[in-house]
Order: sequence, then C-alpha cells, then structure tokens
Amino acid sequence: MKCVRFWGTRGSLPVALTAAGVRRKIIAALRGAAGRSFASDEALEAYVDSLGMPVSGTYGGHSPCVEIETGRDEYVLCDLGSGVRPFGQKAIARHGPGAPQAYHVFLSHLHWDHIMGFPLFTPAYIPGNRIRIYGGHTALEEALRRQHAAPSFPVDFSALPATIEFVRLDPGRAHDIAGLRVELMLQRHSGDSYGYRFSSDGKAVIYSTDSEHALDDPDDAHRFVAFFRGADLVIFDAMYSLTDAISVKQDWGHSSNIVGVELCQMAGARQLCLFHHEPVHGDEAIERVLAETRRFEEITRGDRPALLVTAAYDGMEIPL
Amino acid sequence: MDFSSRSLADVVVAVPVGPIDHANAQGLQEALAPLLNSPAPGTAGLVLDLSRVDYISSMGLRVLMVAAKQLRARSMRIAVAALTPVVKEIFDIARFNHVTEVFPTVRSALERISPAALAAFETDAR
Repeated sequence: MKCVRFWGTRGSLPVALTAAGVRRKIIAALRGAAGRSFASDEALEAYVDSLGMPVSGTYGGHSPCVEIETGRDEYVLCDLGSGVRPFGQKAIARHGPGAPQAYHVFLSHLHWDHIMGFPLFTPAYIPGNRIRIYGGHTALEEALRRQHAAPSFPVDFSALPATIEFVRLDPGRAHDIAGLRVELMLQRHSGDSYGYRFSSDGKAVIYSTDSEHALDDPDDAHRFVAFFRGADLVIFDAMYSLTDAISVKQDWGHSSNIVGVELCQMAGARQLCLFHHEPVHGDEAIERVLAETRRFEEITRGDRPALLVTAAYDGMEIPL
Repeated sequence: MDFSSRSLADVVVAVPVGPIDHANAQGLQEALAPLLNSPAPGTAGLVLDLSRVDYISSMGLRVLMVAAKQLRARSMRIAVAALTPVVKEIFDIARFNHVTEVFPTVRSALERISPAALAAFETDAR
C-alpha cells in the first residue's frame, strides 16, 4: 500500500460550503493580510498556506469514499458515497474512457450515504470496466440495484455497460484481493456494518466507520483493540462527542473522538484519522474537535509512543 | 477501586480514588450501585468528589452518565466537584459538563444543592 486518499469524508449526507462560509474565510484572510505586501505569487501562496484549514481550505462535504492506492493497476475503494463521483472523473481523466480498468469496492454497509454516489460513478457507464463490490451483507446487490430503479434514478442498473460483480465476504477469515489481505469485523450499527483491515507489505490500514461502541462491555473494546492492533492508520467514525454518543444519540450507530483515541492507544496504532464528520459541523467545528482530540491524546498518552491524530478532508492524502 | 462515601444531611458525598479506566470502571459502578438503587429516604443528591481521580476513561464517563440518568429519574441531583486538571480537560473535551453539574470544590457543590448539607459540611470541617 502506498497511500490513502479521501474523496468523501462527511457522514449522513453531503454538504456544501455556503456563500456565507466563503465570505467568512475571505474576510479572515484579508484581515490577516492587512498592512502586508506580497512580492510574488509564491509569497502569496505561502501566506495562504499559513492560514490553516478553516480559513484557507475546507474539510469538504462529500459522503464517504476512500481510495487505497496499492501500487498496482487496480483501484481499491472503501464505500460509494458521493465522493466516488470525483474519484471516477479523475480515474477517467487519467486513463481515458477507452482504457478499461478494474475497481475493487469494499462496502462498510448499505445505508444511503455510503452507496449514493454509484449512480453517478462514470466508470460504471463504460464498457470493459470491471467493478467488483465486496461486503459482509447479503443484500449488497439488492441495495445497489434498488437505488438505480425508477422512480429514484433514470438509468436502471441492468443498463450499466460495465461488468459489475458482487462478492459477499465471510467475516470469519482473511481474503486475498487486489494484492491485499482483507479482514472484516462486524460492527454495531443499524442493519450492521463491517470494519475492514487491509494489510500488505508490512503495513495495515483500518477502515472503521458507522460503528458504535458498547462502553458497558469490555469485550467489545477488546475485539476492536485486537482488530486495530499495530495499524499504521485507523480511519475512525468520530461523528459525535462522547456525551452525545452515549446520551441523546445513543443507538444511532456512531462513535466519538475519545473512544477512537482510547482504542488506538490500547492497540498501539500509529495514526488515528477522524472520519464521518457530522454534517452540521463547519470547518471551524471540525478543526476544534481535531485540536481537542490531539490534546486528549497528549494528556492520556502516558508512557506510550505518541499517536498521530488527523482529521480527514476531501482530497487529503496520507502516505503509508 | 478505593471508594468511600459519607452522608451530609440530605446529600451523599462519594470519593473514588485512582484512575477510573477500562479496568476498574465496573468497580465504580458497583460501588455506586447501593447509592443509586436504594438511596436513603430524603436524599436530595450525590456529589462525586473527584479530587483523587487522575484519569477517567470513556467507560468511566459512561458509569457517571448512567448514574445521572438513574438519579434524575428519582428527581435527585448529581454533581462532580474538585476535578483534577486532567479530568477537567477530559470533561470539557467529552462535553460532559452537559451531563453533570461541575463545581470547583465540594463546598461549592453543596452550597448549590443543599443548605443543610453545606451546614453539615462546615460543621465537619471545624
């Protein structure tokens, strides 16, 4: 595995930066530049880069889609949220429509925000492309076909020219797919979800989203610690604050930054990436959660090596 | 885990000692159970003196959440007091100040919850 690339990082539904949000960023940038001069474009870009994410960028708003770059010709994706559309456009721009590609897609579960991008995934409309969709659910194919059906979408699934296959994976064993060792774990979420552990070349990446943790059950923590053990990167559902996750949003199927840090610390993971951001959170709120999570890691680290904490954004790349 | 409690008029002040982590959150839950399940008649609330707790994990916070729900169902109050700096930060990051009332000292908690308990506290302190 070479790197992980995020195409969609938002939970529940896609969101867009509003005009008011853009205006706030421009005002903040201009305020910071008051009285300064920039002799070159490079100096200007350096200033912009110094402003930090909430001012100079945005975490983005596509629903979940994560690419694992393996170094092979085949593409590997986790989930088919709205982020799969820009991924598809990029893949076609890279290869051209006349060069068939293979896409391996691992679905965490079948809720809408994790499959909604597929009807607009352009590679599915190109003959010769081969798309294999893997998951632990028995209803994989049914869920994908249903969202293409009238009156929800104008192009029926049966009309897609690409070769599309569905493969149900047994959570009880490891699978060798696209040069990766792939393991699944059942997670607590309405209708079930599955976490994935991808391993190759001595590296391990965890994709664990839409997963609520039973804090009254130590065995639940032990299962996840074993699954996360020694991972280089843990992509983790940190949608809610801990308090929300165990009170008003209990049984909503999501987790918190605090539980993410605790599990990664116990598992000896190297990097925790906060994922499945709450759609009502603006960039400032996500940045605040990131800063607090880093502080939580720092004050609870003890004698352990530091855990790197990041927050996923659309377009982010994490080298492995 | 080490745990003690005392009644001050109509308030119970409980003092857990040590980290409340995944290994011993269950111990705190068991220690609190008698107070939560069969409080003495007339009990108005519970104050947890956290001055000797240097860490609390998510499982520990969940125990406090359950305690808060049980006490509120009985129309009783729950407060935490005298948080160590690390535990105070954990409460802030977890947004736990929405769950329990947080006070800088046991005295200030009693002052808000029960004049009778405050008077008993002041008497003890002399």
